[in-house]
Amino acid sequence: MTLTSITEPYDAAPAVNLEAQERARRARRLAWIVPSLTMMAALALWEWWVRAYDVPHYLVPAPSRIWATLMTDGPSLMVSAWFTVKLTLMALALAVVGGVALGAVFAMSRTLEMSLFPFAVILQVTPVIAIAPLILIYVDSTFAALLICAWIVAFFPILSGTVVGLRSADHNLSDLFTLYGASRWQRLRFLLAPSALPFFMAALKVAGGLALIGAVVAEFVAGTTGRNTGLASRIIESSFRNEIPRMFAALVLVSLLGIAIFLATSALSRLVLGRWHESEIRREV
Amino acid sequence: MAGPLIRMDRVRKQFGAGTLAVSDLTLSIDEGEFVSFLGPSGCGKSTALRMIAGLLPVTAGTIAIRPGAEEAEHDLGFVFQEPTLMPWTSVAQNVYLPLRMAGVSRAEAEPRVRAALADVGLSRFAEAYPRELSGGMKMRVSIARAMVTRPRILLMDEPFAALDEMTRMKLNNDVLRLWAERGLTVIFVTHSVFESVYLSSRVLVMAARPGRVVADLPLSAPWPRDDAYRNAARYVTDCRAVSEVLKRTLHDADIDH
Repeated sequence: MTLTSITEPYDAAPAVNLEAQERARRARRLAWIVPSLTMMAALALWEWWVRAYDVPHYLVPAPSRIWATLMTDGPSLMVSAWFTVKLTLMALALAVVGGVALGAVFAMSRTLEMSLFPFAVILQVTPVIAIAPLILIYVDSTFAALLICAWIVAFFPILSGTVVGLRSADHNLSDLFTLYGASRWQRLRFLLAPSALPFFMAALKVAGGLALIGAVVAEFVAGTTGRNTGLASRIIESSFRNEIPRMFAALVLVSLLGIAIFLATSALSRLVLGRWHESEIRREV
Repeated sequence: MAGPLIRMDRVRKQFGAGTLAVSDLTLSIDEGEFVSFLGPSGCGKSTALRMIAGLLPVTAGTIAIRPGAEEAEHDLGFVFQEPTLMPWTSVAQNVYLPLRMAGVSRAEAEPRVRAALADVGLSRFAEAYPRELSGGMKMRVSIARAMVTRPRILLMDEPFAALDEMTRMKLNNDVLRLWAERGLTVIFVTHSVFESVYLSSRVLVMAARPGRVVADLPLSAPWPRDDAYRNAARYVTDCRAVSEVLKRTLHDADIDH
């Protein structure tokens, strides 16, 4: 028996609206230009204020002086920056691995969740700055100790995002998988993981920032014990020596690192959710 | 033919210790029938459907489905009230899902997915994402997904309740055509008298608290039914007759809720 198509096919997508495209392009450009302009204006105001009122550079250095410091101290600051980058990214990666693995275990078993969740909460609510000195004492390698500190901070959002995400699959879709006799693996791969993705991406954005904060805080603690590590320990060291411009220069690098992490996680989120999830879909106006 | 295709024997469903959703439901459905469960909300019609699908365990009683030939990956197709599509993947991938669960390779499934989409008039939307489709189109994808395993039985749980009138009429015709061409057995849950009379060969009127079948009305209006049938005197009298039964049912029951 041959089957005729039971309905006339739907019409093709609406014609491309060139004017709307142009408008969208302009809006995208504006989204870059406006914040850049305000940022430049703020820097100019700062520069003017320092010069006009003769603010001494050991109190507040002008942007131009910070820039000059960045240039002269660049090579040595870069070594420290690389340390912090390495520390932050490794902490974030380990937080993703650990958070997702433990989140999957929690989502599978309420009993395990109930027994292990208190530990996760304790780790989360105890300020890392209070645990860091102990960890630095117990762990021989400074890098490993700092890594543990940064990991503790970044781990929790990933864990809770994964657990909530894995539990948030649509109930009817879940029934559908039951109806078709999906295996545990198929359910995880084709239903639970994609359902969890928006929650995971939101958690990753938070964890990215927290990993940096954890790394910096841990470095501070290590810095006060005289261990030379990344950017944060350079800030401490410069403050001991009263080298305020270098403090600012290191601070700028920390901020840039934070911004880079934010942009990277946001871009990743747009990449994986952009075609289907409400949070990343640009609505046409 | 060896007896009915689906037989429910004193089926009972109680949720927890509380609501008795379905009480002593006994009925049999023959192969090729188009049966509607018609009733007000809360009468247990969706619950009954879910039990037939095996999505809900019965509290007591039995449900037997006569085993069929082994040609289908899955004997039951289910269409939910919502399109229930995976928003993160394309229309074609959504339709492929039941075959993927059954271990059919991508290459083997590809022509069948394409055919299933052609059957519902969505050939050109295989690569679209669900959010790019209208409500009616999403429902068509849902129907294509249910049909891709070549089921004998199609279960539909108020599938068109959320659609506009014109789309609903069109999809009603589509379902009737699939039913006729494929020799399907359809169980269709609805709260619309008009829809049930238009589609069914038999309407089971259900009442709430506890959920039970109060009337079993065969509809013998000839096939094929099309839009002309909606204006036929026969359709009007059948609708009136079914409405009367439904009204009496509501009247008998305590409806001050």
